[in-house]
Amino acid sequence: MAGLTGRMSTVVKAKVSKLLDRAEDPAETLDYSYQKQVEQLQNVKKGIADVVTAKKRLQMQESSLQQSLVKLDTQARQALSQGNEELARAALERKNVAQTELQSLDTQVTELEAQQQKLTDSEKQLRAKIEAFRTKKEVIKAQYSAAEAQVRISEAATGVGEQMADVGLAMQRAVDKTENMRARADAVQELEAAGTFDDVTQLGSGEDDIDKQLKQLSSQSAVDDELAKMKGELGASPAGEAAQISSAEGAPAGESGQQ
Amino acid sequence: MIVRISGEGQFDLADTESARLNELETSVVAAVEAGEEAAFKQALAALLDHVRSAGSAVADDALEGSDLILPPADTSLAEAESDFTGEGLIPD
Repeated sequence: MAGLTGRMSTVVKAKVSKLLDRAEDPAETLDYSYQKQVEQLQNVKKGIADVVTAKKRLQMQESSLQQSLVKLDTQARQALSQGNEELARAALERKNVAQTELQSLDTQVTELEAQQQKLTDSEKQLRAKIEAFRTKKEVIKAQYSAAEAQVRISEAATGVGEQMADVGLAMQRAVDKTENMRARADAVQELEAAGTFDDVTQLGSGEDDIDKQLKQLSSQSAVDDELAKMKGELGASPAGEAAQISSAEGAPAGESGQQ
Repeated sequence: MIVRISGEGQFDLADTESARLNELETSVVAAVEAGEEAAFKQALAALLDHVRSAGSAVADDALEGSDLILPPADTSLAEAESDFTGEGLIPD
């Protein structure tokens, strides 16, 4: 192929050729060649199923974190309305960590969805090529001498082999990505298992290990902001403002009327 | 000339496109060598876009091999770098 001697395509092509050698042996019989292709197609389907499983796992973690978020938010509000700012802060720290994890899981799910779509498209192309190969193989067997058939089958097998190699590359990339994500998901699971996102009212007195970790993991400025916001919404803080609430409660209608 | 975009499919391009492809590919390689992520992404996207727009998609059931195979659109700079140092996408 004239002109295209770029390093990049040469490297990529060499890699695919290597896979091609592994995937296709021209000396093998035609039918065996086809049988192998069908086996490879099954592997691709399994690969897609693995990506789907990984995605579902992340989605389950997402919904569990989502529930924790709601629960912790409620608990922070309750704690604050009872004047327990320390407990409210602990709940919001947990919420902040859960929120960060949720965002990261969301990105990963989107990524896996893209991988799944790509693999599904590649699988469709591979299936079409294998089917075309099957038809061609029968035609060639009927029309050509053994020696000639071998040459023509090799040509046809190149197209299937290349597609197979390409799906193989895509699968490998997907596997690498899901493995990275699994490590991250396991870390979240460890936090969950340690009771990080559990009922904050179950906390013992004093700081436990989880609290120390949470302080490091959570964004303290975000927690401060949310605490302030929540206070504003509740119109309450432990000491001074509590009195204002009771006086406001005493004459709610009159106060708004004066404004 | 058949060009495959890895992970995407094959495209049929006129042989006269090879000069332009070569040019676009050179920019990709230059960006990788310079280690510039943004430039790499842009150059790779330009190359792949050109293949998609100048070429026509090859039918799924076509059995032709490709003359040229390009890396997938979501290739990261790190992946491209390891490609060039021989640590391929596929472990041996």
